[in-house]
Amino acid sequence: MSSPDDEFLQARHDDAVSAAALFAVDPASLGGVALRSLPGPARDAWLQLLRGWLPAAAPWRKVPLNIADGRLLGGLDLSATLAAGRPIAERGLLGEADGGVLLLTMAERLSTGTVARIAAVLDDGELRLAREGIVGAVPARLGVVALDESLEPDEALAPALLDRLAFALDFDGLRRIDASNSGIDAEAIAAARVLLPEVRLPEALIDALAHTAIALGIASLRAVWLASRAARIAAALDGRALANEADAAIASRLVLAPRATRLPVNEPQPEQPEEAPSEPGEADAPPPESSSSPDQEQPPQQPHDVDQAMQDVVLAAAAAAIPPNLLAQLKAGGQGGKARASGKSGALQKAATRGRPAGARRGEPRAGQRLAIIDTLRAAAPWQRLRRQELLMRGKGDGSTPRVLVRREDFHVARLEQRRETTTIFVVDASGSSALNRLAEAKGAVELLLADCYVRRDRVAVIGFRGAIAELLLPPTRSLVRAKRSLAGLPGGGGTPLATALDAAIELADAIRRRGETPGIVLMTDGRANIGRDGAPGRAQAEADALAASRRLRASGHATLFVDTSPRPQAAAAKLAGEMAAFYLPLPQADARQLSAAVRAVTPANR
Amino acid sequence: MPLPFPFSAIVGQEEMKLALLIAAVEPAIGGVMVFGDRGTGKSTAVRALAALLPPMEAVIGCPYHCAPDDPSEACQTSLAKLGDGKKKTHKVPVPVVDLPLGATEDRVVGALDLEKALAQGIKAFEPGLLARANRGFLYVDEVNLLEDHLVDLLIDVAASGENVVEREGLSIRHPARFVLIGSGNPEEGELRPQLLDRFGLSVEVSTPTDLALRISVVRRRDAFERDRAAFIAEWQKEDDKVRRRIVAARKRLDTVTVPDAVLERAASLCLSLGTDGLRGELTLMRAARALAALDGDATVGDRHLRRIAAPSLRHRLRRNPLDDAGSTVRVERAVAQLFGA
Repeated sequence: MSSPDDEFLQARHDDAVSAAALFAVDPASLGGVALRSLPGPARDAWLQLLRGWLPAAAPWRKVPLNIADGRLLGGLDLSATLAAGRPIAERGLLGEADGGVLLLTMAERLSTGTVARIAAVLDDGELRLAREGIVGAVPARLGVVALDESLEPDEALAPALLDRLAFALDFDGLRRIDASNSGIDAEAIAAARVLLPEVRLPEALIDALAHTAIALGIASLRAVWLASRAARIAAALDGRALANEADAAIASRLVLAPRATRLPVNEPQPEQPEEAPSEPGEADAPPPESSSSPDQEQPPQQPHDVDQAMQDVVLAAAAAAIPPNLLAQLKAGGQGGKARASGKSGALQKAATRGRPAGARRGEPRAGQRLAIIDTLRAAAPWQRLRRQELLMRGKGDGSTPRVLVRREDFHVARLEQRRETTTIFVVDASGSSALNRLAEAKGAVELLLADCYVRRDRVAVIGFRGAIAELLLPPTRSLVRAKRSLAGLPGGGGTPLATALDAAIELADAIRRRGETPGIVLMTDGRANIGRDGAPGRAQAEADALAASRRLRASGHATLFVDTSPRPQAAAAKLAGEMAAFYLPLPQADARQLSAAVRAVTPANR
Repeated sequence: MPLPFPFSAIVGQEEMKLALLIAAVEPAIGGVMVFGDRGTGKSTAVRALAALLPPMEAVIGCPYHCAPDDPSEACQTSLAKLGDGKKKTHKVPVPVVDLPLGATEDRVVGALDLEKALAQGIKAFEPGLLARANRGFLYVDEVNLLEDHLVDLLIDVAASGENVVEREGLSIRHPARFVLIGSGNPEEGELRPQLLDRFGLSVEVSTPTDLALRISVVRRRDAFERDRAAFIAEWQKEDDKVRRRIVAARKRLDTVTVPDAVLERAASLCLSLGTDGLRGELTLMRAARALAALDGDATVGDRHLRRIAAPSLRHRLRRNPLDDAGSTVRVERAVAQLFGA
């Protein structure tokens, strides 16, 4: 007796076991596994299972979250160097994990820089190094297990890492992992490892995988070749030297399905290429996004005649494994895949600003910078013998020589996280009463601010409000590309739900402050609220609500700039600004440039 | 180091390949910045180009592989060696040097030779990555994630073509002229404008969306991984063709003429786009000339300008906040206006 839920969990469990087996055969070629799970018996059991299936000698290294470059990449082993009298390199974790597995703990919080270093190693199979007297490449063929403990929807693995890992498992709901009746054991895996170089994958299967990737809206090509490697490994595990449909189906299920950004069209019929464009209203097809979907129904080219039956098998395998909530997300968000992906980048930057030690860099302590004593001594140590000799030669080497000869060029200063990151939240009135051209100015100001974000280390978020709702158009970001994209999509017209917008701004600002960053709010409106908190029209109620929200804003203590965008500044708007303790800035004829100057003058970025 | 993927086997990405070829023909172009999604073959293309380039003549024993025929740019060691009248040059492969993330400053600019200092107590300069990249390519993957102090350093050296080392009691300057090739994904962090400006060309790559193209990318990649040597042998002929094209273009480059009318066109294109400074026009001219040389044309014409306008100019536009169109669209619009559709 099993409910659909049980079936789903059983499938999840079996996927986890198959992924472990495939990964154990050849970790490096698959990149790795993203494992979303809180610490618990299931995760421990899975890791133990994987470890047991890897060769006994394979390294198994754990990367702590705040690892410094020296330990991750390697560098000069100072004590060994001094003892030996010649430079001795110290291998970093990446080099040590060659031929084995690297375990990333709390991988959702890894900094962009660490992720980029690991990604480069996954791409090249070796570690290129230019540090502390050592230049060269170290072999580093390894697989990664990224332990993702994210709870909040805005936490997730970095896309750059996720893209390179073949499998993504989710252990939500799993209590245990039990591979005893899977028929796989360490011997089978060792045998597969031997057989793997012989395994051939027919081109028709590669085509089927490529086709499935497109049907699922997967843009990255890496997914397809990770899937084709997985298919080959699946064949080896089954003891065959020729991969077949079943292997491709496994690969499709494990590699492609978790990356799906849309559901496949119900009846994929590529032999009738004209069909899809003529039926835009088809039930499950999301509206085509201009960039990625016209390809969906490409007529098959002669050299790439895709075997239809084969393709259906592969696609069906993936479709069966797509998490049940994807459909809901797609329907609710319209562009669910994209929205989810964009949230990740923001969360990632947050991780980059905290926790990670800022390290030290060469330079003299001035303007309040602190001398990093250890690093300075480290820099000085190798040169002691040389310097002593020099002193002797110049005839100054009498008994008064200091124990350690430190010179100016040894100085390292501690790199501190000098400022807290600032996020400016733009709350933009896109209602009908705010003339539409003001909207263009608001967009312009945001872009101008972003343009010098790099220098100022600021981030920007945009909340737009019109009709009955206020929505977060742009989660905090530093990326000009994303800002432009999301701003371009902001339409104008409708009522002015000012109270709702203020509530949304306060909520976001609070969230930013909780992360240890400094929020600033820039409100761009004419202040003529006419939609109440409950979404009902009515000027009196709306204004009362707006006043209440303004007082809440004042109580929250966030720095606020009220830009009055109406052609003739209103006393009511000034009063509202007073209620929220905001700087009031009437800008009847402002252009984007002026506006950005004003914002810069007022926001806490200018500390 | 594993054998790289053959350059000519890279599917699509024509703009990126063209930009790299232009940089190989005309190093004065000032580098190529490749923006793009993950997994679009950015790194593959750069490493493939390296394998393709014909070897160059260099002074034996010179750490900066100086050219024998250009004393004005040679280092002191080379000048001394050239002076003594013995056999002094050999062929070396064009260096393509990786600047990995996490590199430390001492290895980039060069520093005291640690081994000699420790073991023998000798003070000797050990050249860094910048020295190795002289006359070749310096490749920085994920350049937008590079640490600030290294970015500063690169900006400075790329502008002057000379690396000045003042540390550990050393005072050394040596030539460091290289083609800077950067790649990165703009969604993971913006590139500092000063550094962006150092790049002559900027190209944008994206994952192909055409099924047939995607299939052939994956098939070739699969064939390559199964048997690298065989795959490379299969493409050898095509790669040779590209190499000959580069060599011929280099020879032809000096003879390609640029008519005044074309110069004027280039100037008015830059003017209409409002690019800052003269750098845009210079790059446009150099790139168009290199393109003409690659195509085997004796004079630069409008068609060369048209093809090269977007990569030369798109990263130099002032951001116009009221124009939501991307930079590429703006350049194309201006080109269409000027040249007629």
